[in-house]
Amino acid sequence: MSEVLLGVHSLSVRADGGQRILRDVSFDLAPGEVHGLVGESGAGKSTLVKVILGILPRSMVRTGGNVVYCGRDLFTLPAPAFRALLGSEIALIPQDPLTALNPGRRIDAQLTDGFRLKQRLSWRDAEARAVTLLEEVHIREPRRVMRSYPHELSGGMRQRVLIAAAFALDPKLIIADEPTTALDVTVQKQILRLIHGMQERHRTALVFVTHDLGVVAQICDTTSVMYMGKVMEQGPTERLLAAPRHPYTTALIAANPRHDRPESGLKPIPAAVIAAMRAEIAAGDANG
Amino acid sequence: MAVITLFGVAVVVFCLLRVVPGDPVAMMVGPAASAADIAALRAHYGLDGPLPLQFLTWLKAALVGDFGTSITRHQSVLSILGAYLPATIELAFSALLVAILLGGATAVVATLLRQHRTSAAIDALNGVFLALPDFIWALILVLAFGVAVPLLPLTGRIDPSIDVPFATNFLLMESIITGRFAVAGNIAAHMAMPTLALALPLAAVIARVLRQALNEAMVQDYVLLARIKGMSELRLILHEALRNAVGPTLALTGVQATFLIGGTVVVERIFAYPGIGNLAIEAVINRDFPLIQGLVLMFGLIFILINIAVDLTVVALNPRLRHV
Repeated sequence: MSEVLLGVHSLSVRADGGQRILRDVSFDLAPGEVHGLVGESGAGKSTLVKVILGILPRSMVRTGGNVVYCGRDLFTLPAPAFRALLGSEIALIPQDPLTALNPGRRIDAQLTDGFRLKQRLSWRDAEARAVTLLEEVHIREPRRVMRSYPHELSGGMRQRVLIAAAFALDPKLIIADEPTTALDVTVQKQILRLIHGMQERHRTALVFVTHDLGVVAQICDTTSVMYMGKVMEQGPTERLLAAPRHPYTTALIAANPRHDRPESGLKPIPAAVIAAMRAEIAAGDANG
Repeated sequence: MAVITLFGVAVVVFCLLRVVPGDPVAMMVGPAASAADIAALRAHYGLDGPLPLQFLTWLKAALVGDFGTSITRHQSVLSILGAYLPATIELAFSALLVAILLGGATAVVATLLRQHRTSAAIDALNGVFLALPDFIWALILVLAFGVAVPLLPLTGRIDPSIDVPFATNFLLMESIITGRFAVAGNIAAHMAMPTLALALPLAAVIARVLRQALNEAMVQDYVLLARIKGMSELRLILHEALRNAVGPTLALTGVQATFLIGGTVVVERIFAYPGIGNLAIEAVINRDFPLIQGLVLMFGLIFILINIAVDLTVVALNPRLRHV
């Protein structure tokens, strides 16, 4: 891994009240690679995504570290230059397809935004590109969908539209923030396969946020396991799953329900592991 | 529904007029008139007979478009309304347009500056505008632009020295359409103060409600995603948030617009603007029953039309309300 597309270095974020949200998070992402961010809710995955995209809520402050994209520090980049990157080079697949599309605008308008604003294509050309995109995400009757409003489409369809929108300008980096969490289990698999296929075809680097180790195993080259805003373990996904080094990773793997062995049931994370981890984090906080 | 509303308005006004003290016939004839003369006049204007019968007589004529004859002007009520209504329509629409533009722009600017300290100043100023009614604004404007810095004409609709023929009573619209811009400018100058007086309170209401709705829309997921598409802040407000925020504002504007029509009565009086508001005051002073009746019905009709227009616009702007 010589070339780095996205480098997150020692990123720390605190809430207004002083609580630590992210603790010294670092990871590197090479072009075309997939990095998984795994953790329970509250692990800081979403905050990490927000810092990278420059949409940290006012109630949180970055206290250290930086994010480097293609050799450029995103935090010192002037706003217009950052805006130019967004959409054309960096895109987001959001978590909830039901709220991420504008209820008042038709799909064609929302899907052609990038072509018209960033590439200055005419409406007609942008529309043709958008139809091709919809076909690529396996939407039948793309022309009808183009003329629809979001409320006329199912959740799975809307997520396909959002995936199409994310890949529209062929960005180098896409951040997928739990893109299957809000969907039906049956649709989840299709959407995951779709994102994976698109990512490989377009050679897009992907930061994939999830709480599902099964998903990580399927598509991530490297993975960070997070807890309370701290990276507990990081490494190539195969190695991480086959020979976990941190007890929390081991416990997470054990907690993942096995469909092939339903008799094993659901295993919670052992209290001792959590206690040890909290002690580790507290020791780190005291030093930092 | 609209018919029932109008009928209700007609009944209430008819009864009220005949209950409040004041007699049109007594106003017409001098103190020397004999009782017989007065009775004859009463019979002539249909003012004798029991109240329900009077109402039925009026209703029967009104249903075929005859709203009677003005007692003081001796002209048909319909022709008087036709002569005065266009002036009020032009005034009300100008005021509505100014209010929407002014209020909308204020809301957008306040939303743009929402992380700035200046936005608090905008809110405070807006509160002042919200608190002052139209007739106070009329007086402030008279003092400012009529007395202190006499920039604008104080009264009337058009300079009496301008002698050009008009085909309709929509003087402003007609002179714009026919390209007589000097005349249009003169009319606009006459309309400026009454328009502003009517528009400012409404603009403040629009600004406040729209700003609230915009602030809520700006934190929605779809605006966040659009931000990540690299859209500018202004574009986010105008293209993403405004469309979804404008619904409640529009519904409220409809309600407020009816107050604006009501406001024309006082404001037209202050600026001696020859519209139906001014006409209404004159008609009430003279106890001109048929004219009052026709005027009130006209106001009722305008209210209903405004509400229908607002409902249609709300549906047109919200795709989820269509095809139901």
